[in-house]
Amino acid sequence: MRPATIRIGAGAGFAGDRIEPALELVEQGDLDFLVFECLAERTIAAAQQLRQSDPHGGFDPLLLERMRRVLPAARARGVRIVTNAGAANPVGAAHAVAALARDMGLRGLRIAAVTGDDVLDLVRSAEHPLIDRPGTSADLARIVSANAYLGAGPIADALAQGAEVVITGRVGDPALFVGPMVHAFGWSLDDAALIGRATVIGHLLECAGQLTGGYFADDGRKQVPGLARLGFPFAEVAADASAVLGKVSGSGGALTLASCKEQLLYEILDPGAYAQADVVADFRSVRFAELGPDRIAVSGGDGRPRPDALKVSIGYDDGFIGEGQISYAGPGAVGRARLAAAIVEERLAIISAPVTELRSTLIGLDSVDRTGRPPEVDPREVRLRVVGRSATAEAAALIGREVEALYTNGPFGGGGATAAVRPVLAVASTLIPAAQVRPAITLVEA
Amino acid sequence: MLLGDIAHVRTGDKGDISQISVIAFDPADYPRLLAAVTVPRVLAHLADLRVRQATRYALPGLGALNFVLEGALSGGVTRSLALDAHGKSLGAQLLDLPIDDDVPGKDAE
Repeated sequence: MRPATIRIGAGAGFAGDRIEPALELVEQGDLDFLVFECLAERTIAAAQQLRQSDPHGGFDPLLLERMRRVLPAARARGVRIVTNAGAANPVGAAHAVAALARDMGLRGLRIAAVTGDDVLDLVRSAEHPLIDRPGTSADLARIVSANAYLGAGPIADALAQGAEVVITGRVGDPALFVGPMVHAFGWSLDDAALIGRATVIGHLLECAGQLTGGYFADDGRKQVPGLARLGFPFAEVAADASAVLGKVSGSGGALTLASCKEQLLYEILDPGAYAQADVVADFRSVRFAELGPDRIAVSGGDGRPRPDALKVSIGYDDGFIGEGQISYAGPGAVGRARLAAAIVEERLAIISAPVTELRSTLIGLDSVDRTGRPPEVDPREVRLRVVGRSATAEAAALIGREVEALYTNGPFGGGGATAAVRPVLAVASTLIPAAQVRPAITLVEA
Repeated sequence: MLLGDIAHVRTGDKGDISQISVIAFDPADYPRLLAAVTVPRVLAHLADLRVRQATRYALPGLGALNFVLEGALSGGVTRSLALDAHGKSLGAQLLDLPIDDDVPGKDAE
């Protein structure tokens, strides 16, 4: 028998998210499903590199900690878990969770790994036009990963096969939520209007605490109580893909019309055409209604049939970024910091450092501000940040070294110098025909 | 009045695109947003932001506008040299955009 409604909770909105709110949802949220969204654009590229050095690794390093914390309560209450924390190695992650479950006495736990998103061989075998910038995949010198955004189908299939934990690599974030709905209600993925509305719900939940008051507070304009114990949201979804959004009573945060509107549009480009693997969702007719404190009804939304092509994120090695910082304070601080910047730039030219795109900004003045307006008062302190790009770590390190040399060779009163070098794993996007991607499911039992 | 008096904003990123939603606290103020928060005014306010192409989407049912600023993130989060590579702080900088009091809004009812 099909349920009238199901409850899906959002247990994480990014890889490093807090763990307690997920446990709170499992214990007090009366959930059917809990979703951990843990995969940023470039995370999978970094994970692919980890897997090269450790064939058993390459999945989210926090996955086992999250599972250790929530599995006992989730199993006791019949809450099934869906997560994309498999990153570059969902099968390895499934085996690791099975081993953990055995250690915890949770024998028989069924874990499914969804694979097929890794399309590196396909992408390497031909030249693919990039969709986020001019050029093609052939312009990216050292490609390390290519992953297609899968849809909800394989997640629903894994749940139908009895999986209590479903671990994927790259799937569209809303699909992590749409999968359980499709499974529970027996929807057809070809019903574009229904899947479009389900995608709205998934999108609202995918960033977890950003729906319930995270990334929202602004003193004086927008008050949010209890952000240190922010409660994550759940959706009580009906078979027509309408939903009531809520959070555990007594948890921190605020679920309001305003927070829902902000999250609906978050990282949406054309609200009439939100392209996913299963549907092109249309958000323009979505409406919210306040049913009570921290209870918001969401209705509306639409969809058109799925695109023929899947989006693919290509991770590539893009050299190194070198950076140095140093602070100045007191009268004339800005002038001394500007002098320091000019000295570093001249030094890097004198030693012919092979660095490009060198830029100097003053933190506290013009490092994130883009209005170009001069400050109304002279700041009491500023921090010079010099940053640039290089093909090698050695050359990138020259930037920080020249900033540190300002201690004894630069203007007076420079303090707190730091230097850093980091490798750049950049991401570009392309499309490949959906028919060339074949998702697969591997079942593992603890 | 300033934009922050009648609207709230949220900023997101997709690759090299910065996306900023501007949402009326009271839907009655939506006409003011429509009239005052135009692409040229947003770009003039963020004078130091380099943008390849800017598009505004209107969502009257939500009392909101959605700005899509392509090429605004110096190559995107993963390779940008900017301190705020996501551009998370961009939307907040719009809150002091001046709004013309002559356009009818909530207080004209």
